Amino acid sequence: MLQHTCFIKESQRYPDDFKPKHVFAVAPGFFPHWDADFAHELAAEFRLPVDRRIKKLSRGQLSSVGIIVGLAARAPITIFDEPYLGLDAIARQAFYDRLLADYAAHPRTVILSTHLIDEVADLLEHALVIDNGRILIDSPVDALRSQAATIAGPAEAVEQAVTGLEVIHRERLGGFISATVTGDTEAAVRRARAAGLEVGPVSLQQLIIRQTGGTPTEHEEVTR
Amino acid sequence: MEEGRPIFRQLAEQIENQIIDRSLVEGQQVPSINEFAAFHRINPATALKGITLLVDSGVLFKRRGIGMFVAEGARDRLLADRRERFAAEFVQPLVIEARALGLTTDHLIEMIRKGTP
Repeated sequence: MLQHTCFIKESQRYPDDFKPKHVFAVAPGFFPHWDADFAHELAAEFRLPVDRRIKKLSRGQLSSVGIIVGLAARAPITIFDEPYLGLDAIARQAFYDRLLADYAAHPRTVILSTHLIDEVADLLEHALVIDNGRILIDSPVDALRSQAATIAGPAEAVEQAVTGLEVIHRERLGGFISATVTGDTEAAVRRARAAGLEVGPVSLQQLIIRQTGGTPTEHEEVTR
Repeated sequence: MEEGRPIFRQLAEQIENQIIDRSLVEGQQVPSINEFAAFHRINPATALKGITLLVDSGVLFKRRGIGMFVAEGARDRLLADRRERFAAEFVQPLVIEARALGLTTDHLIEMIRKGTP
């Protein structure tokens, strides 16, 4: 089981005198599908000083080590636990692009926990949102995307359009209301458009914020 | 990709649009699933779903081991489809907005004739 699993966690510890090149050298012993050339290529792309002591690496460089191990291991089950700490937007995009390309070439299960939901929303196949240890959402992302909408306009017309749907959020400005609804929104969206109301999309991130009631907590995303 | 609508539908629509505007012609090979995934930065499974939609509706067809191609007659069928949906998707919202602004049907027809407001 262990050799089929690669778990990259945010605070991975290494032996005191280890350098990234040592990590890559011992990796094949743990991961039978290890691709050394790919690791090398990634190290160059992430500009990782492979000959510097890990203790001396910056937060972002340390994250790069984890990302490289996680990708090059090609483990059938790969878990990234917030692998991006300290990485700038460019390096994160490089990670997402590399992850997607390598996943396409070598399909496997990738579980990614993240707080940066908007950044990864399009990559995900399945999302699991955990709030306070409770599974709040467990759904294919495609279904989630069409499951919520925001309908806005004069209060009375909006309330009429959203009848029968679950309203997870309401914002009021005088006689104007903006209601976020979930469920089978298609009919409601059509009714709302016909009534001249404004219909807007709800991003995965917004949906999660609404579903959790907007209280700051720990959330996880899962992709496969 | 925009929010609110399933990505696989958006992908299918984009390919349809390219067939309608002739940037993809009948008989031409379309990019692979993985190329679509990488270009749009979406999950390959999502790209596959979008392509499957078009294969099922006969817009694309598969040649085993080679790839996916635009089917003969795909453009005409797409055009017929889109024309059928035109009233509901474009004319109705237009009329609703025109009514809200107090524009009469005659005004509207006049505007369309002129092409500009």
